[in-house]
Amino acid sequence: MATKDIIPTPGQPPVNKAGEPDWREPRTGEYTVIAPGHTFGSITEEIVRVVLTKQTPWFWWFGFAIASGLATMLLACVTWLFLKGTGVWGITMPVAWGFAIINFVWWIGIGHAGTLISAILLLFKQSWRNSINRFAEAMTLFAVVCAGMYPIIHTGRPWLAIYWLFPYPNSMNVWPQFRSPLMWDVFAVSTYATISVVFWYVGLIPDLGTMRDKARHPVAKYAYGLLSVGWRGSVRHWMRYETASLLLAGLATPLVLSVHTVISFDFAVALMPGWHTTIFPPYFVAGAIYSGFAMVITLAIPIRKLYHLEDLITLRHIDNMAKVMLATGWIVAYGYGTEVFMAWYSASKWEYFMMWNRMFGPMGWSYAVLITCNIALPQLMWFRKLRINIPFMFVMSLIINSGMWFERFVIVVTSLYRDYLPSSWGTYKATRIDYGTFLGTWGLFTVLFFLFIRLLPMIPMSEIRMLLPGTKLSPDFPTAEVASEEAH
Amino acid sequence: MAPPREGLYGLLAEFNTPAELVNATEAAYAAGYRRMDAFSPYPVEEAATALGWTSKQDRVSLICLLGGILGGLAMYNLETWVSVFAYPLNIGGRPLYSWVAFIIPAYEWTILWAGLSAAFGMLALNGLPSPYHPLFNAPNFRQGASVDKFFLCLEAMDPKFSPADSRLFLEAQHPASIVEVEY
Repeated sequence: MATKDIIPTPGQPPVNKAGEPDWREPRTGEYTVIAPGHTFGSITEEIVRVVLTKQTPWFWWFGFAIASGLATMLLACVTWLFLKGTGVWGITMPVAWGFAIINFVWWIGIGHAGTLISAILLLFKQSWRNSINRFAEAMTLFAVVCAGMYPIIHTGRPWLAIYWLFPYPNSMNVWPQFRSPLMWDVFAVSTYATISVVFWYVGLIPDLGTMRDKARHPVAKYAYGLLSVGWRGSVRHWMRYETASLLLAGLATPLVLSVHTVISFDFAVALMPGWHTTIFPPYFVAGAIYSGFAMVITLAIPIRKLYHLEDLITLRHIDNMAKVMLATGWIVAYGYGTEVFMAWYSASKWEYFMMWNRMFGPMGWSYAVLITCNIALPQLMWFRKLRINIPFMFVMSLIINSGMWFERFVIVVTSLYRDYLPSSWGTYKATRIDYGTFLGTWGLFTVLFFLFIRLLPMIPMSEIRMLLPGTKLSPDFPTAEVASEEAH
Repeated sequence: MAPPREGLYGLLAEFNTPAELVNATEAAYAAGYRRMDAFSPYPVEEAATALGWTSKQDRVSLICLLGGILGGLAMYNLETWVSVFAYPLNIGGRPLYSWVAFIIPAYEWTILWAGLSAAFGMLALNGLPSPYHPLFNAPNFRQGASVDKFFLCLEAMDPKFSPADSRLFLEAQHPASIVEVEY
């Protein structure tokens, strides 16, 4: 770590002699996304030290305790639900889809950024993703766990729901109905969960090998050794590994786009004003990526601060993610615009009334929150100064996450609560169990995330090594000696 | 015939940079060594090429393709069988063979089985899981191969291998160290 003192202050962009931000590696002059001056050894140490230490930091226990409390509340709420039935939630006619579907769509949308970062940005050779893809993928997995739970508990008696969700030969000789979007959901979400686990695990294998070699405690050695499947870094293995990673990325890309498309079909295939539109699939996918990136920022900012990973998750990452959010935010805004336009252009008075009621009806406040959080405030991210302002970006990520939650609230509730017949109009009010379940999934998500950052390398070491100067053997580079100069 | 599981596995040379590893591997290939392997903490394609690796040996894509086709066909046929023969449901007179609706689960299963085939096919072709490997007996391999060192192993099974000559050959490549690896 001889050259590490080039960095003036952690978390600030490196500057040249004139004091201007300069993201070039001083030894080779190539542009880099991680802070300059790192070697293979220092990268490995930086990431491994978080896991292979006997000291669990106070903030870990603090956060883990709160999250476990919330997760316990989830258990209590779900137990109560199973005892009493879905009547303990606020769902009733005409709003039969309440928090459960809102939260399902919201959580699974959050997961999508993880796949986008790990798959789509890999295909586009965006190497800046290497620092954040592991924990973005972990975020995907845990978000899918939370999301997948909602439709299952929404059935009220999930142990009785298996035969109409999964095609298996049962004693009743009953088979599922494959023309239903809810069946498509089952296959989309279960495939998404499986492929996300596989992609994440394949990415972890070489790093688990490093963990096995670095671990000192026999239990840790054994556990990481088992999980690393005996990875030894043979270059032949690496070649197949690279092919498999690329194939998985190529498969995860159409998959992630299909998952939120299928979820939008749950709405769009129904003949409800406000749901029955063709803009839904692209607009849902863009919204998913929008909220997912917001969640990556929400998680990345405290992690880089608390674990001092500012060298690896740099301001360039935050800046790039802010730009992705600006772009997807505008796709979402276009979706909102199209909905309003189609409500007018369709000349259907039901569509027209639905949109008027959505904006100015008794629940119009939720539409106002949605527009403020998802369209108005995020425009501040046009300013570069704000994009690299950490507290601002943290607050902005929370705003966008709330905005996207309200988007699903608006879609589910304001389309349903005043339908065709005024005599069947109603309203929607969530109960304490609804709120408890929602906060509880937050707890479950956070518990899983805390366990992940404590037990597994949260930044992919083998991929970060490829970001170092001198790892490529092309003639433009001085030679590979810089990266391992520590060894000489 | 199974290889003998005792005695010398090979000679392991350690290098500090990928460039040295690639040069040494190319020299070993030129000298006629074939049963050898190179190890690096991140993918070094040039080293694989120097070992004589061709994309023909990488059969992951083929396995992935077959898995995807089988997965998609399996789900599509299941849907057709269930909806047309096993449990026909007449809902509003819609056709039993609703192929448009069947595409979606079939599409998901194409991806599911292609992905599983790619991941497990990669592991199987690589001979993993293999928790034990003779190279793990070399302490410098355990410390460096997954962090910041590059290794070339000439295996004793190679017809050209001889403990003394191969060591001389490796020394000429200026490695950081040479270790004899036992089974």
